Amino acid sequence: MPTYVVGRERVWRKRTPRQTLLAYLGYLLGAIAVLVAARFISGQTLWFFVLDAPEQAADLVGRMFPPSWGYANRLWRPLWDTLNIATIGTLAALVVSVPVAFLAARNTTPHPLFRQLALVVIVTSRSVNALIWALLLVSIIGPGVLAGIIAVALRSIGFCAKLLSEAIEEIDFKPIEALDSTGASGSQVVAYGIVPQVAPAFAGISVYRWDINIRESTVVGLVGAGGIGLPLDASIASLQWSQATVIFVMILVLVVISEWVSAKVRGAIR
Amino acid sequence: MSALPARTAASLKGQPWRPAPLIRQPWLRWGLPLLGLAYLVAAFSTISVDWGRVARGLDRARTVFGGFLTPDFLSRWEFIQLGILESLAMTVAATALGIVLSVPFAFGAARNISPLPVYLACRAVVAAGRSFQEIVIAIFFVVMVGFGPLAGALTLAFATIGFLGKLLAEEIEEIDPRPLEAVRATGGSWLQQMAYGVVPQVLPRFVGLSVYRFDINFRESSVIGIVGAGGIGGALNTSISRYEYSTTAAILIVIIAIVLLTEYASGIIRKRVQ
Repeated sequence: MPTYVVGRERVWRKRTPRQTLLAYLGYLLGAIAVLVAARFISGQTLWFFVLDAPEQAADLVGRMFPPSWGYANRLWRPLWDTLNIATIGTLAALVVSVPVAFLAARNTTPHPLFRQLALVVIVTSRSVNALIWALLLVSIIGPGVLAGIIAVALRSIGFCAKLLSEAIEEIDFKPIEALDSTGASGSQVVAYGIVPQVAPAFAGISVYRWDINIRESTVVGLVGAGGIGLPLDASIASLQWSQATVIFVMILVLVVISEWVSAKVRGAIR
Repeated sequence: MSALPARTAASLKGQPWRPAPLIRQPWLRWGLPLLGLAYLVAAFSTISVDWGRVARGLDRARTVFGGFLTPDFLSRWEFIQLGILESLAMTVAATALGIVLSVPFAFGAARNISPLPVYLACRAVVAAGRSFQEIVIAIFFVVMVGFGPLAGALTLAFATIGFLGKLLAEEIEEIDPRPLEAVRATGGSWLQQMAYGVVPQVLPRFVGLSVYRFDINFRESSVIGIVGAGGIGGALNTSISRYEYSTTAAILIVIIAIVLLTEYASGIIRKRVQ
């Protein structure tokens, strides 16, 4: 942090003139990027339709209330499906992500080539949204809960494997050396040296991902992959907004419960 | 450590050593797996799968993966280009707007610096932004402002407020109160207290979170097009429903490449500020 002599006093500055200039240049570039983006969006927008947005919003709220609560009775089955998509999808993803994580972790991978392969799996799975997986799967194996389960699982593999491999890379090697020195076999080293060290992280990651998957599984139905998104799509398509309100309330309750469960379990692990 | 003597006694009697059980209470230790098993049985027995359709789908899977091996960037390039440009523009504009709007909500939603009524109001807005998936919010904005990237940008900005608002508020709640108290003791105004007592403590984390949210916004911008909110999602949806899987593959490759690029860039920025 430089100081300068101004008149008779020494003045403190946070940055050198060069750093100040670079910072302002950065702000300028950022501002230009935002303006260009805003102009582009504005060019793609029919402002005529935007002008009546307040009326549209008021109209929408008018249609949404009062909610037709009777519709809730037909939603228990989709709600159960949503829960299953999230839970079974998470379980399937965990089964696949454990070997992928061990291959991707620097200290447990058998060969750097396997590591690169595992990283490609992780990146592909993480970059593609569950809804896109669902779109693809619905067109391959047809609409239904199964497509939703596989979509949620495919999206979760990368997430779980990445976090788990980071946990594996952080383990302490002393217990493993100790086991080695007693003549333990490879599987015994894994069971008593590695697993106990990563088990808490594994449990935390599983519950965290399950919580996220509950949210994901509420919308995969919008593209036909089962769960409560299916009646939501149907209600919106037929402009039954008072039914949609009931579905939104149910989603909200489900999300709040799953977040509470996940926070409780993660709190108990720590 | 009341469990230890019993186990030590057991090992003294020559019984083999066993690791301590994960869950102390026996009824919970046996009850939880049983409950889990019962749930799985119930879940699997109620999943309705049309196996005939799945079997026919496996045939189609070959076409899909065949298409994936020969990605076709050219025949729909105008749509891909426009979609990607829209996605990027939505991401940049929405992240900027979201960051600017999230700051007041974050300060309002931090219990240690805001009065209760403000706190409750801000918490409600933040919770609303976080509880629903981007695509559900997008449906609302499409109804309000019509199809196109404006609806998408508003959606992402709204979701950004929820995300940044909550995480920044938690960060503010965990600050060291002493600098804040020091500024207050010198007679600093509220604005000065915030600027010199709070902001310097949360700024690095705020920059990191904003960059992280930029990543998320790009990923989400690739799907909200499914409901008509602009971006590459519309082109992706169309290519799948037209069975043009080579184009689908090309779009997915472009998305993954951009995600990798932004993730790499954001990794560098986050490392520098933290």
